[in-house]
Amino acid sequence: MRLTYPSNIRIIRVPCTGKVDVLHIMRAFEKGADGVCAIGCLEGDCHFNSGNLRARKRIEQVQEILQNIGLEPERAHMYNLSSAEGPLFAKYATEFTEKIKELGPNPVRVKNKQQAA
Amino acid sequence: MIVADKKPIDEIIGQIKDYKNILILGCNECVTVCEAGGKKEVGVLASTLRMHAAKEGNDIKIDEKTLERQCDPEYVEEIRDSVDQYDCIVSLACGVGVQFTAETYHGTPVYPGVNTCFMGATEKRGLWVERCQGCGQCILATTGGICPVARCAKRLFNGPCGGSTTGKCEISKETDCAWQLIVDRMKSLNTMDEFEKLSPIKDWSTDRAGGPRKVVREDVQQ
Repeated sequence: MRLTYPSNIRIIRVPCTGKVDVLHIMRAFEKGADGVCAIGCLEGDCHFNSGNLRARKRIEQVQEILQNIGLEPERAHMYNLSSAEGPLFAKYATEFTEKIKELGPNPVRVKNKQQAA
Repeated sequence: MIVADKKPIDEIIGQIKDYKNILILGCNECVTVCEAGGKKEVGVLASTLRMHAAKEGNDIKIDEKTLERQCDPEYVEEIRDSVDQYDCIVSLACGVGVQFTAETYHGTPVYPGVNTCFMGATEKRGLWVERCQGCGQCILATTGGICPVARCAKRLFNGPCGGSTTGKCEISKETDCAWQLIVDRMKSLNTMDEFEKLSPIKDWSTDRAGGPRKVVREDVQQ
């Protein structure tokens, strides 16, 4: 397909989005990620029945935590697509990157860098 | 198990705002099962507090540790060597664990990270319900295994009362009438004769009314 999507996205492969824990997402933010999105199978199409539904709930938990500490909850997001939808993946990747760029860098990373300097 | 619920993060942030070196101390027992204070919750809370501190420009150090239990001396002793390096401890154990840790380490402030709620069971994941109030004199043998002390809003011993409607309690349409449950259960056990017997006045001296309680077992003491 030779599709292009923003190169600043780092893909972490997991067997199922149900494997992604709140703690994994939190650690990513703590280490300076500007945004984290989980991209799972379409709802109702999970090979493990409910992995993508669990991931959605975990993303919601992270959004609540982010909001509670004064960060934008939109920095965590859940997308669903089938593995045959490459163009949609590229679209989501671009859309998410644009959204995060609008929000600006993760303040945690900015402060950590200032402290280190 | 003892069921606890997470405290709002704002409250915890307020408690620890003056400290620089903080230990988040989890408990591997009840609060792990009710997903309020186990190893994972310790990790999430520590991460949240670190991010908040970094965002606010506060330089703090947060360590994480989860003990097997915080209500037994041998496990609480495990942090004896390292406790002095912390300005305060946030304990995610139940109220018992928080107090036991505080009693063990007099010089270190210990703050609760959860709200301890009740003794209950897991009806399904994410739904914990109260089943026992620890009244000190169990009467389940005479009530079909359903406790009117914990589950009847009025703690009636010869129920139901007039507020029982279609199996629900008058306090809420979502609350089962404990005495309806007792009658249904006794019917299925074919022990309705027992239901006819009046329960005598309960001796509440074993409940909280008599002040803090103790169980003394000299046969197992060392």
